[in-house]
Amino acid sequence: MENLIALLVAAPLLGAAVLLCGGRRLDRTGHWIGTVLAAVSFVVGAVLFVDMLGKGPEERTLTQHLFSWIPVEGFQADVAFQLDQLSMTFVLLITGVGSLIHLYSIGYMEHDERRRRFFGYLNLFLAAMLLLVLADNYLLLYVGWEGVGLASYLLIGFWQHKPSAATAAKKAFLVNRVGDMGLSIAIMLMFTTFGTFAFGPVLESTDKTSEGMLTAIALMLLLAACGKSAQVPLQSWLGDAMEGPTPVSALIHAATMVTAGVYLITRSGAIFNGAPDAQLAVVVVGAVTLLFGAIVGCAKDDIKKALAGSTMSQIGYMILAAGLGPVGYAFAIMHLVTHGFFKAGLFLGAGSVMHGMNDEVDMRKYGGLRKYMPVTFVTFGLGYLAIIGLPPFSGFWSKDKIIEAAFAQQSDLRSWIFGGVALLGAGITAYYMTRVMILTFFGEKRWQPAPDPDTAPSVEPGIEVHPGEMPHPHEAPKSMTIPMIVLAFGSVFAGAVFGIGERFVHWLEPVTSFEHPHPVVGVPVITTATIVVLLLGVGLAYLQYGRRPVPVVAPRGSLLTRAARRDLLQDDFNHVVLVRGGEHLTRSLVYLDHSLVDGVVNGTAASVGGLSGRLRRLQNGYARSYAVSMFGGAALLVAATLLMRAV
Amino acid sequence: MSASAVHSLWTTAAEPITRIDAPKFEYGQMSPTLIVLGAAIVGVLVEAFVPRKSRYYVQAFLSVVALAAAFAAVVALAAGGYGTTKARISAMGAIAVDGPSLFLQGTILLAGLVSVFTFAERRLDPEAHGNRVDSFAAQAASVPGSDSEKAAVKAGFTTTEVFPLVLFAIGGMLIFPAANDLLTLFIALEVFSLPLYLLCALARRKRLVSQEAAVKYFLLGAFASAFTLFGIALLYGYAGSVSYATIAQVVDGSIQNVTPALADTMGNDALLLIGAALLVMGLLFKVGAVPFHMWTPDVYQGAPTPVTGFMAAATKVAAFGALLRVLYVVLPGLRWDWRPVMWGVAIVTMLGGAIVAITQTDVKRLLAYSSIAHAGFILAGVIAMTPDGVSSVLFYLAAYSFVTIGAFAVVTLVRDAGGEATHLSKWAGLGRRSPLVAAVFAVFLLAFAGIPLTSGFAGKFAVFKAAAEGGAAPLVVIGVISSAVAAFFYIRVIVLMFFSEPKPEGPTVAVPSPLTMTAIGLGVAVTLVLGVAPQYFLDLAGQAGVFVR
Repeated sequence: MENLIALLVAAPLLGAAVLLCGGRRLDRTGHWIGTVLAAVSFVVGAVLFVDMLGKGPEERTLTQHLFSWIPVEGFQADVAFQLDQLSMTFVLLITGVGSLIHLYSIGYMEHDERRRRFFGYLNLFLAAMLLLVLADNYLLLYVGWEGVGLASYLLIGFWQHKPSAATAAKKAFLVNRVGDMGLSIAIMLMFTTFGTFAFGPVLESTDKTSEGMLTAIALMLLLAACGKSAQVPLQSWLGDAMEGPTPVSALIHAATMVTAGVYLITRSGAIFNGAPDAQLAVVVVGAVTLLFGAIVGCAKDDIKKALAGSTMSQIGYMILAAGLGPVGYAFAIMHLVTHGFFKAGLFLGAGSVMHGMNDEVDMRKYGGLRKYMPVTFVTFGLGYLAIIGLPPFSGFWSKDKIIEAAFAQQSDLRSWIFGGVALLGAGITAYYMTRVMILTFFGEKRWQPAPDPDTAPSVEPGIEVHPGEMPHPHEAPKSMTIPMIVLAFGSVFAGAVFGIGERFVHWLEPVTSFEHPHPVVGVPVITTATIVVLLLGVGLAYLQYGRRPVPVVAPRGSLLTRAARRDLLQDDFNHVVLVRGGEHLTRSLVYLDHSLVDGVVNGTAASVGGLSGRLRRLQNGYARSYAVSMFGGAALLVAATLLMRAV
Repeated sequence: MSASAVHSLWTTAAEPITRIDAPKFEYGQMSPTLIVLGAAIVGVLVEAFVPRKSRYYVQAFLSVVALAAAFAAVVALAAGGYGTTKARISAMGAIAVDGPSLFLQGTILLAGLVSVFTFAERRLDPEAHGNRVDSFAAQAASVPGSDSEKAAVKAGFTTTEVFPLVLFAIGGMLIFPAANDLLTLFIALEVFSLPLYLLCALARRKRLVSQEAAVKYFLLGAFASAFTLFGIALLYGYAGSVSYATIAQVVDGSIQNVTPALADTMGNDALLLIGAALLVMGLLFKVGAVPFHMWTPDVYQGAPTPVTGFMAAATKVAAFGALLRVLYVVLPGLRWDWRPVMWGVAIVTMLGGAIVAITQTDVKRLLAYSSIAHAGFILAGVIAMTPDGVSSVLFYLAAYSFVTIGAFAVVTLVRDAGGEATHLSKWAGLGRRSPLVAAVFAVFLLAFAGIPLTSGFAGKFAVFKAAAEGGAAPLVVIGVISSAVAAFFYIRVIVLMFFSEPKPEGPTVAVPSPLTMTAIGLGVAVTLVLGVAPQYFLDLAGQAGVFVR
């Protein structure tokens, strides 16, 4: 059975190779090849899952050793896979949601000339992401980590003729490099500390390692997680990444790749458990990001960017939970899975809306769409109910548990602070999601004539847009609605399936271990408070957007609103601190280089050149002076030889 | 004087000598040299008897066949184990047939063969009165600018004597590193030097410069030979023998039968030290080490460029071969005396060559100084006094020969109305006009500079490694510094070729015949093969690194 594990990675990798090398002759069939291979991977994952369920909880881990990658004395790197309950969860999420999004993309990318290449990149992403979660050592994980980064870069910049897409891809790549640097440093530290990269030996010997070293490794891993999962301070790329095609936003930048940071922290749980300071840092990062993303989400008028802010915020919840240790790991992963369903569904819904509205992304130019796109409305609505955490939808089961766990920390002060933040985040989530819902599907029509593609670079290409034409909203084709419906089922039921009887927690317990949280106040109180807060958020949004007409052009807004529209000034901050600072550093280094280094170098060169010029004059062309030089040389040689004997 | 006394004198003198031993001479083991010298003599006969029209073809064919046959003979000897297990001293103790001999003879023969290709090139110079001409004077004996010269040019004469001359030179060079006694060494030195002096004087264009170069080379060469001969005499006076083995035994005191005459002289260290220093000095002159290098730039510049390429490659190989044998076989017992001195020579040679090269403006002079710097690098390997030192020097010499011949062959291609355009300013922007030629020259320059993936790097690495392991680490540091200085002027030429605007009336690149193309192509191929996969050849040189004593 363990021999099937490699097939999980191999199928989409084969797809990527065939589609990217196959050339134009595959243009007509390529999307099906890609989709079928993604589905093959899902079927293999399902078979392995059934097999795993048939075994006892402690015997469920499978390993497969493929080959020795770098066998050097004292340095062993293997290509080997490990499939345990944690990996299994990710495999099913990645291949399941991945297959659905492949299917959706067939319709969504129908008019794009480069659809074959798009599917090649999607398959490449699946292969890399599966490699990431299946690797049995950190070095191989790093390969997958870089692989998903590459796929993400290629897909964000898929419409590379749009300068904004090209810039966004570059930005995502650069910001991710910072995080990747953290991961590579962490791996090097692990190698010097433990002498190996493999999960087993590293994670089992953490209790013999000093807390300082564990903290260093953990902080580097956190840096890596911040980069990949768009957490503060490396969050700035995710909003711009929405320049990519919408299926990409759904799969990579909502459901799977951006959660790799949560996977990394959970997988490295033993390291974080031994480093309480690093855990506090994780919790702080999560808490800050969940507010940051939520606030940004409230102010965005671009539907995808609002959802991107929401993604950032929800991953903030997961990171927060993962930072709590064994109390939170299982809930982090559970929220990750439910979020994978409802956020993918929301993005696909957003894509469907854009599809029907001439690729308009500004929610202020939507309105009243529920009658025209009923399937989209219902599936998006179910996703909405799930994300705000209304019982009994999926989000409630996972998010409520995270809030409970946040209220259950070592000190009361920390419990109240982080519990409060998590609770507040739930309210803001309800507010901005209700805003999205109302602006898009309710109220009066605020549709605008299609923009001129020459002046509006944000229009996705491939879709026929006639400037000045009013949109004709219509329901999307079957290939797009079916995945939305399937994901809607997940949004509704997944939470209850996982949550009732703590099934999910017990499933993961052998890998992540689990402790019951003991909140500072009673669980019923927290649950009630959560529901009250979210209803307040919904109500506030309704008062603000449902009761009054919505202006098509956004009002100027308060200082906070304006800041939030600019992503809370993240780019301005980066520009002032990093870009300007970098420029100053570069300039001063250049100055030093010119004055000091070049001074020394040019001085040396000038003196050597001068010496050369002087020596050259000895070469005067007269045989007689050459002979004198030879005679002198011979005399010197003889004298030196005799002198050597004398001393 | 009485009659009886006279009678007794006569009868004593007439006493029958019992028998004369015929000298024993192993023709098989000497075959490479004999083939080349035999072909040279045939070449002289060809000059006398073959009609002028067909001489060029006969001579070129003869030279190529002779060199190829001699190379085949070297390979056969090496395959027969004469380089390793069956290494021996033959020809009555005059010639050593061993690994270094065969490796160096093979290198000289290949370098000679490639050089002969460039000698035979007749497409570069414009046709003179409908006759294809090569790089050599129409009639060497005619005074430059005289009527007789014009008549010779008009008649389409060419100096086909260059082929026997180069064969004689190669014959001498084959003996030089294999010589196992001092007299053979000296005779080989003269045998290869005299033809070279002549060859230097034979340039078709700029004949006065060429003749001046030849005269200088001859005068200084004779001067150096005198020192060498004096050194040989002193060593003979010290050891009572010219045989390498005997001198070595006397030097380290292991000689068995000490005659009274020897007992008198062998304590006289002044004889030994001065003799050794003068002998070594003669060899250092040939390799172009500072301060015996002054002839190099003038001669390299004035000589016909194919001859320069040949000299720079083959002479250096032969002279370093002889130097290795003298230092490793004759004078190992004296190494505490000569090593520090050679350190000094190596240092000033490396630094001097590299520094003076910086301000050169003529590409041939630039390459001359570069060859001086390279002589310094090779000396660093010589000083190691280990088997690795020998093999690294052998490898370096083989690698360097092909780069040098190739580089000078490229120089023959870049021409303007006055013949070869050797002034560096004329090379500006060559990469735009003739990217291929400029790229090939760039490969050679990078190899000279010792950039990885070229043979220059492998060679330099080998000699520096050997030197460091032989305890000469400071020498390696200075070597690396000189390499850095040298890299400047190599790369400056590359920059000049590729990143400068071409001059409006710059030189053109002539399209050569397949002969020069072969020489250049072989140069590039060997440079890259030895750079990318040097191990096989390093092993070969490693096997060849043991001298027979």
